[in-house]
Amino acid sequence: MSRRLFRWAVAAPLALVLAAGLTGCGSGTADTSAPASSGGAAKTLTVFAAASLTGTFTELGTTFEAAHPGTTVKFNFGSSATLAQQITQDAPADVFAAASPATMKTVTDASLAGQPTTFVRNRLEIAVPAGNPAKVNGLKDLADPKTKVALCAEQVPCGAAAVKALDAAGLTVTPVTLEQDVKATLTKVELGEVDAALVYKTDVIAAGDKVQGISFPEAEKAINDYPIAALTKAPAGDLAKEFVDLVLSPQGRDVLTKAGFDAP
Amino acid sequence: MTLSTRSTPPTAQGEARRRPGRSGVSGRVPWMLLVPAVVGMAFLVLPLAGLLARAPWATLARRLAEPQVLEALRLSLLTATAATAVCLLLGVPLAWLLARVDFPGRRLVRALVTVPLVLPPVVGGVALLLVLGRRGLIGQWLDDAFGVTLPFTTAGVVVAEAFVAMPFLVISVEGALRAADRRFEEAAATLGASRWTAFRRVTLPLIAPGVVAGGVLCWARALGEFGATITFAGNFPGRTQTMPLAVYLALETEPEAAIVLSLVLLAVSVIILACLRDKWVNSP
Repeated sequence: MSRRLFRWAVAAPLALVLAAGLTGCGSGTADTSAPASSGGAAKTLTVFAAASLTGTFTELGTTFEAAHPGTTVKFNFGSSATLAQQITQDAPADVFAAASPATMKTVTDASLAGQPTTFVRNRLEIAVPAGNPAKVNGLKDLADPKTKVALCAEQVPCGAAAVKALDAAGLTVTPVTLEQDVKATLTKVELGEVDAALVYKTDVIAAGDKVQGISFPEAEKAINDYPIAALTKAPAGDLAKEFVDLVLSPQGRDVLTKAGFDAP
Repeated sequence: MTLSTRSTPPTAQGEARRRPGRSGVSGRVPWMLLVPAVVGMAFLVLPLAGLLARAPWATLARRLAEPQVLEALRLSLLTATAATAVCLLLGVPLAWLLARVDFPGRRLVRALVTVPLVLPPVVGGVALLLVLGRRGLIGQWLDDAFGVTLPFTTAGVVVAEAFVAMPFLVISVEGALRAADRRFEEAAATLGASRWTAFRRVTLPLIAPGVVAGGVLCWARALGEFGATITFAGNFPGRTQTMPLAVYLALETEPEAAIVLSLVLLAVSVIILACLRDKWVNSP
């Protein structure tokens, strides 16, 4: 009896593992999204947005809630690539606003979103700690080996843009670190651990007094488009489109340009 | 982690004698324990199965041969081992202090020592920057006096890993010290051994299994360290990019590459841990 029990105890998890392995290969398109609760009083709109939109979208969310009584807007801010991955794994999202067309493409390729619209553009700036201790004036100062520079990793949008801008300027910069996202890069500047970093203009503005921004002409070559789209499986249905319309409206643009974004 | 307690309380033996029927049946496992145990095991094993199921076996060999992967693996093993050495050097004496010396505020110190366990590693990394960074409390002085800056260096990776992993070592060594029979140390003292000699010749051999178990745990934690490392030491291939950092960044663009990297880290750590366990830790 006991031996049989033990054998079972070993066999059961193995069977589970096998089953998981088999189903794992075929799954990926399971529909888990809840049906839209149309007509209900309390509705929730879930917006997945790039981390750089945290401030502006939170503000627009409040505006949206005021215009649609009974509706709650929930945000999931993060790296665009991570968000895109979550959406393709059937995360219950209504709207996706990405920091790069490439990350939006993974969602549209999976037929999970309609035609995306570019709603803002973001340009790079050189961020230096308050007081600019290393006396950085332009992009060429970043190539000085004495200057400690932080860049975003090439895998994330701000890193790809940095490479483009540096290539356009014909400069080779050896950074001390390739950070995992733009906020982490900016933190290194805020703490004075690096002399300069390439981040978005909006991030420099959001950081306030702790960081100074220096614009440079080559940033023109590395403008980042931000696409937004309502998702086809949006649990909140039409509300998703209404939120996109708000972002694209003059009122939405006003909030975004105030934060440092360029109009498309 | 198995710590053998040497002194068996006499009551346990008496109880066993009173119920002789129990000793005969060695096997019947109560359902109340078996079911949660199996669920627990499945819970721990299934995510690994998920990794295996989604692994791109066809391109595995090619991806593994990429120099960046080997570089990250080499750096991971190197820094985790160095961090464990630092932890052993500082952590064992600290555990001894907590277990053997009665000083005011000992409970507070013990609580503080375990702080890195509950602190989110990213916060730990920021805290390290504030102290050891270029403008940090100590880091500023290090930079001025010696021109040494720890962030963005391999030494910085070791510091970050040691910070996060040391509590694991301290806790398990302290547990071993408390379980060890103090009469051996007292006997050594009556024979004229100083406290240092007694520690070296009597205590340390006595608690060796606990130290090794703690060291293994500490090494494993250091190997998987992500948050404190990327915050304090940054991410640069060959210098500070360990495997977990490489995995995280690969996930941004190439989830398949991330799975391959995870499998490598997993395989290496399981092999090393399994070998160490069999050799050093007397698990039944």
